[in-house]
Amino acid sequence: MNLIAQLEAEQIAALGKTIPDFKAGDTIRVGYKVTEGSRSRVQAYEGVCIGRKGGLTLGASFTVRKISFGEGVERVFPLYSTNIDSIEVVRRGKVRRAKLYYLRARRGKSARIAEVTNYKEKAE
Amino acid sequence: MRSGVIAKKLGMTRLFLADGKQVPVTVLQLDSLQVVAQRTADKDGYTAVQLGAGVAKAKRTTAAQRGHFAKANVAPKRKIAEFRVSPDCLIEVGAEITADHYLEGQYVDVAGTSIGKGFAGAMKRHNFGGLRASHGVSVSHRSHGSTGQCQDPGKVFKGKKMAGHMGAVRVTTQNLQVVRTDADRGLIMIKGAVPGSKGGWVTIKDAVKKPEAKDAPRPAAIRTAAAPAAEVAAEGGEA
Repeated sequence: MNLIAQLEAEQIAALGKTIPDFKAGDTIRVGYKVTEGSRSRVQAYEGVCIGRKGGLTLGASFTVRKISFGEGVERVFPLYSTNIDSIEVVRRGKVRRAKLYYLRARRGKSARIAEVTNYKEKAE
Repeated sequence: MRSGVIAKKLGMTRLFLADGKQVPVTVLQLDSLQVVAQRTADKDGYTAVQLGAGVAKAKRTTAAQRGHFAKANVAPKRKIAEFRVSPDCLIEVGAEITADHYLEGQYVDVAGTSIGKGFAGAMKRHNFGGLRASHGVSVSHRSHGSTGQCQDPGKVFKGKKMAGHMGAVRVTTQNLQVVRTDADRGLIMIKGAVPGSKGGWVTIKDAVKKPEAKDAPRPAAIRTAAAPAAEVAAEGGEA
């Protein structure tokens, strides 16, 4: 392992984050720390994860899309960001793509994702 | 004026800080960095230290080089560089400089050989705009435009920016911030990019355009038998 990979592995271990098992199509709720002036609070952002990139490496990120006041909003979160308080899986979606960019062109009924009822948790 | 250091560029990564910020950093490594020779005012007319870094095979170094290293009683080095210092900052020959030579938060200048780009056009080399995509432009969308005037002056001025060889020259990037140092492994993490490719050699010096770091180790952070004690001192200097 080269030193850069080693440093990244050490940092992931030091951050001590538990990343829940989620993938594209899942509806997730991200608790994101927001600092206003001196006080900080946790803001929830809930939406459909439309893609993950970078696997479980330090630079990994995921994109969450939701419809906010009739307007599509996408946010990209770094997976290991210290600003992320929690990631919660609300609903497991059944999709056949790794990246759900087709959702951007859809609205309403056609933008729905079927739920997986018999989801098997990945063994850690 | 303190001595600089020679470091090897390992690559880039990011750091997630406790306050939620993520910082892009270049990781530089000090690889058995030792003082090979001194230049003194009496002998040479100026004061400087010659540092050597890396490990070279003895059989691949020239006899003259071997003699030079033997005089300093150090192992053959891969890379040699000289740093001008003030007389009070001369370092003993053979001393090994450690990564806590720089404080966290301190500003430095990093010089290295930039990545060669070969023969590059005017757009890439000088950020020219190129020609239009349509309106009658044919074949020359990425060319430069006019190179001069008319019969008077009747020539292209010297220094006109044109296509040509780009990169592979010595570049100094000023005022980069040291984010973290790791004396055990000899790592210096610097915010942002640094000239050169991975595995290339760079030199780091205290920034010339920033006020001097007062509590930085003078003349240098040197590896001693009880090395770990020095690291605690380095933690205090966060800006």
